[in-house]
Amino acid sequence: MAKSIDVSDLNIYYGDFLAVEGVTIPIAAKSVTAFIGPSGCGKSSFLRSLNRMHEVIPGARVEGKIIIDGNDLYGAGTDPVAVRREIGMVFQRPNPFPTMSIYENVIAGMRLNAKRMKKSEADDAVEKSLRSANLWAEVEDRLRRPGSSLSGGQQQRLCIARAIAVEPQVLLMDEPCSALDPISTSAIEDLIHDLQHDYTIVIVTHNMQQAARVSETTAFFNLSAVGEPGRLVEYGSTTKIFSNPDNESTEAYISGRFG
Amino acid sequence: MATRTRSEHPPVRRGDRIFSATALGAGILILLILAGVAIFLLVQGVPGITAGRGSLSGRDSFWAYVGPFAFGTVYASIIALVVAVPIAVGIALFISHYAPRRVALALGYIVDLLAAVPSVVFGVWGITVLSPALVPIMQWLEDNAGFLPFFEGPTLTSGRNMFTAGLVLAVMILPIITAICREVFLQTPRLHEEAALALGATRWEMIRMTVFPYGRSGIVSASMLGLGRALGETLAVALVLSGSAIYTFNTLAAENSGTIAANIALQFPEASGTAVNVLIATGLILFVITFAVNYTARKIVDRRSEFSGAN
Ligand SMILES: Nc1ncnc2c1ncn2[C@@H]1O[C@H](COP(=O)(O)OP(=O)(O)OP(=O)(O)O)[C@@H](O)[C@H]1O
Ligand SMILES: [Mg+2]
Repeated sequence: MAKSIDVSDLNIYYGDFLAVEGVTIPIAAKSVTAFIGPSGCGKSSFLRSLNRMHEVIPGARVEGKIIIDGNDLYGAGTDPVAVRREIGMVFQRPNPFPTMSIYENVIAGMRLNAKRMKKSEADDAVEKSLRSANLWAEVEDRLRRPGSSLSGGQQQRLCIARAIAVEPQVLLMDEPCSALDPISTSAIEDLIHDLQHDYTIVIVTHNMQQAARVSETTAFFNLSAVGEPGRLVEYGSTTKIFSNPDNESTEAYISGRFG
Repeated sequence: MATRTRSEHPPVRRGDRIFSATALGAGILILLILAGVAIFLLVQGVPGITAGRGSLSGRDSFWAYVGPFAFGTVYASIIALVVAVPIAVGIALFISHYAPRRVALALGYIVDLLAAVPSVVFGVWGITVLSPALVPIMQWLEDNAGFLPFFEGPTLTSGRNMFTAGLVLAVMILPIITAICREVFLQTPRLHEEAALALGATRWEMIRMTVFPYGRSGIVSASMLGLGRALGETLAVALVLSGSAIYTFNTLAAENSGTIAANIALQFPEASGTAVNVLIATGLILFVITFAVNYTARKIVDRRSEFSGAN
């Protein structure tokens, strides 16, 4: 199921602005990789380039190579729509569909793949996904209410449920817990633990403890100055990055002595 | 003083006060104007409703007189709407989500420009260009779809029938509907469009998942604005159509239902005495129809407002 990702020499542009430069990193299948780094260093941009969501912004483009299980992600024959069906994404800000009910939100992705779904199948998928996202108990009795009637944290968990309902092979999560309380956060972390047996997971986080708790590999991004492109400073096993990083700036960032 | 308690009135800012006074004033003014129009229509119209045969072109009652025109009004407007809305939505979508920026900009200007064309121009264009051009199409419809009541025929050779009138109205209301739909479609939050795309939606699926549901109330409002314009349109219809006081669904034949507005415009110069009241009373009916249409539209929009994305 899961897929490995090989990134080499990736440059990410917004128009003429080079936002991220020269990223080379292998991401192992069935593992959790955490991206950390200061705000604006290009973590979200890099994450979005992994499922070709970067290019939906007008003028945005990438240079370099990303190979997913032997297939060139930016190759001429690769259909971005097919890519996104297999590589799910949870955004930094919760974005449930406001015009759909909670129920419809969860199966929105499945509806795209299979127009006709048995009612019982859909019900099961909704319950399973919502349970995994630790939201079932709160919404069980109001599945037909609009998705936008939930609190911010609930909306984010709804988005997580929506992303995992289609059982993607890779799950990209951009600060999925930044709007969540400790209980939901820990539920999401449990979920990540469960999912990594089957999926490849990449998570962006500003929470060092979280990176240490959930990930096997950690990658540290940094930018030398404002207006300069962000770079991947180093990556390695999470234990090593947190105990004995090669780079000084990594250690400074992790121990909170940044800037 | 530092000991102010919460129960005291909070200070009202000057800007707030000016703004709320202006808004209130404008609101009252609109209501007054509306009430004035309604009172005028009622006072002048009621004698028309009770008028006798003499001022009713030989009809037994006012209702028998106004019926066919009310029917024609609604019929012509519905034809216009049925033709215009899908096209308008298509153009708006093309401008907002498909066309390259430059093309979109140019198209947007053209649409806005079309909205500014006076209706008499459309009427003249309908007579001189559109009706002859449409005759072959009408003939084809009569031959191939004649089993439908709308296309029964026989096709009028001048082409100046309900079919042409409906299409002229459609062209007239197209720009306003397009312009509003385009604005509404552009308002779809980027975040929601991206959510759909990230799930693996194609562009069309993304539009169906986010743009249409989000713009639903906007599309309805735009259509109602267009319908309002079509209902009240005088000149273009009066120029194209020689309507008579009959009920017919047939859009191709020489005999067509007239519209209230066109009938008023055509009859008013010659009318005197109670006949004037009768015409004003038909205006009152038009007022009621338009009001009912807008009210229904509001209801449609409100029914699913919870899901509108506005909250
Ligand atoms: N849509 C955009 N258009 C132009 N520039 C952008 C856009 N989005 C991001 N950028 C720029 O790209 C750079 C990287 O942004 P990105 O959002 O990837 O940072 P980040 O590491 O995710 O930050 P944060 O931790 O605050 O989320 C920033 O300089 C930002 O200004
Ligand atoms: Mg970010």
